[in-house]
Amino acid sequence: MTKLLEVNNLHTRFKVRNGYLHAVNGVSFSLDRGEMLGVVGESGCGKSVSMMSLIRLLPPAAEITDGEVLLEGEDITHASVNRVNAIRGSKVGMIFQDPMTSLNPFMKIGEQVIESIVFHKKLAKAEALKQAARYLKMVGISNAEHRLNEYPHQLSGGMRQRVMIAMALLNEPSLVIADEPTTALDVTIQAQIVELVKGLREKLNMSIIWITHDLSLLAGMVDRIMVMYGGYIVEEAVLDDIYKSPLHPYTIGLLKSIPSLKTEAGSRLPSIPGAPPNLFAEPTGCPFAPRCTYRVDRCTREVPALATVPGAEGDRPHRVACWVDMRGRGIAQ
Amino acid sequence: MNMHAKQEPLVVVENLVKHFPVKIGAFGNQSAVVHAIDGVSFAIYKGETLGLVGESGCGKSTTGFALLQLHKATSGSVKFDGVDLSKLPAKDLRAMRKRVQIVFQDPYSTLNPRMTIGEALAEPMRVHKICPEKDIQGRVARLIRDVGLNPNVANRYPHEFSGGQRQRICIARALASDPEFIVCDEPISALDVSIQAQIINLLMDIQEKYNLTYLFIAHDLAVVRHISDRVAVMYLGKIMEIAGKDELFGRPLHPYTKALLSAVPEADPDVERGRKRIILQGDVSNAIDPPSGCRFHPRCAHARPMCAGEVPELEDRGEGHFVACLRVAEIEKETV
Repeated sequence: MTKLLEVNNLHTRFKVRNGYLHAVNGVSFSLDRGEMLGVVGESGCGKSVSMMSLIRLLPPAAEITDGEVLLEGEDITHASVNRVNAIRGSKVGMIFQDPMTSLNPFMKIGEQVIESIVFHKKLAKAEALKQAARYLKMVGISNAEHRLNEYPHQLSGGMRQRVMIAMALLNEPSLVIADEPTTALDVTIQAQIVELVKGLREKLNMSIIWITHDLSLLAGMVDRIMVMYGGYIVEEAVLDDIYKSPLHPYTIGLLKSIPSLKTEAGSRLPSIPGAPPNLFAEPTGCPFAPRCTYRVDRCTREVPALATVPGAEGDRPHRVACWVDMRGRGIAQ
Repeated sequence: MNMHAKQEPLVVVENLVKHFPVKIGAFGNQSAVVHAIDGVSFAIYKGETLGLVGESGCGKSTTGFALLQLHKATSGSVKFDGVDLSKLPAKDLRAMRKRVQIVFQDPYSTLNPRMTIGEALAEPMRVHKICPEKDIQGRVARLIRDVGLNPNVANRYPHEFSGGQRQRICIARALASDPEFIVCDEPISALDVSIQAQIINLLMDIQEKYNLTYLFIAHDLAVVRHISDRVAVMYLGKIMEIAGKDELFGRPLHPYTKALLSAVPEADPDVERGRKRIILQGDVSNAIDPPSGCRFHPRCAHARPMCAGEVPELEDRGEGHFVACLRVAEIEKETV
């Protein structure tokens, strides 16, 4: 299968008052056509910044200092601004967390939805509106023609997120980056949106990167998962391996600490001590080392590389960044 | 935990109603009423944790606030240890406040940035005259230790702490007046995933140590199941179902509870592949103009015309399992 996306050694940092905040510290991964990848981590782990770096959608204080991003073989990191603008919204669609603030309250739904096809495909307005109505129907909005003439405040949160999804899909992108698209929604509405995206993905054969802090949510949805911590990918594996044989102490700790509808209620939850790292200092060792119960001397001195686990090579290898061999001592289920 | 300490209600809420008058329309020229809670009754027994779950806007936080008299209820009563709080004069209510406390969702906005941790913890002790002045230092140190921090942090300011540590401080502050009852209003929703488990453990530890009763408000069902003894499910200002935790999660009877449970994702790919989701159609209805009859009927797959006409009351289905559904008996037969 051809790779849709290849990312090599990506570094992104933010200029702050007294120096730099190291948000992304050398991220490398690839994505197949039609693949759905989950990126999971806590706030500040670099998951959003690294994925937004792919299309250089970053605030002015941020800069990509190293690495390259190849989309269908084309280098995006060094492309011109015009070229990147042409890619955003056409080859790469985006869905953001908060549909309340991502839609312009003064513009009718129809006008906003067609903006990107008018821009990228130079369609006439009437034609574009017809297409917009078709996509709104596809994302499950009833009475679509009528909705095109409404304003965002007339729609509920779930409906607005459906509009955002329709907008992202209109140009038939080969990649959609969804940044916590259901975090602002209630759990029953979240279930609606997840089912919708799963269906659309099969229908349109696109690749999806789904960014979230919720490891449970990904279990029913993606092909592969990357776990991020402190600006690094600490573990990457196909879906079942992450949940059944996780190898990074952070992934293991995270999985154990989530109360599920099946854990023994009332018992103490195994928790991860300490708090997530601050990213102002350039890391000298594994970012998780201060909280890790398996820590050895080397962990605080050298950053472990994301290496393929012996015996788990192949097209989608199990990779983990840890000095300690956790095989056989991980999660006991 | 505390399974046997039942049968003595500490808090009794009866037919609690809270309506908020609002202005709607383009120019704010129409009056309307948000039916935030519409006739809610329940009891919380000494030493237990009652979980209160529901989606945003269902009235769960309003219930917690009205219970503490932070909102003046429109009607209904809240009895704490036999005393009706809503009829209490201000002076007596203030005295009562040391016995009932709250932990809020956001530990960033609930601590005064200009007060050291020590001052913040000493304030309720002074206000409520919990102990002589000379003992305050020692009490503060003990509280800080009890919530898992080092007592030498007493001289530091809130900005020096992470979210999880701040929530520990908020819990210590709630404990400062030596309360019997604490409302936990989404105490872990604003925290990072790896920190949530720490705070859940802490809340359970101090419940045992201080002999506390909790009303635990949250939207995360797995967390509520973990910490609660009994659970109440709210929808649009009404309690739909209330039961012991094992009953509610093992044998949910209300169609809304069933849908809510089936929407919770599990961190297990095999479970996810095999599960059949009940996908609710549409959105939560508007609390300004709530549906007639059963509030849930427009989204309910089991609804019949009668559901729009009659408001279901909570009905005992045995073993302390109460359900507000007109068709609960029929639905139970259908699914067996």
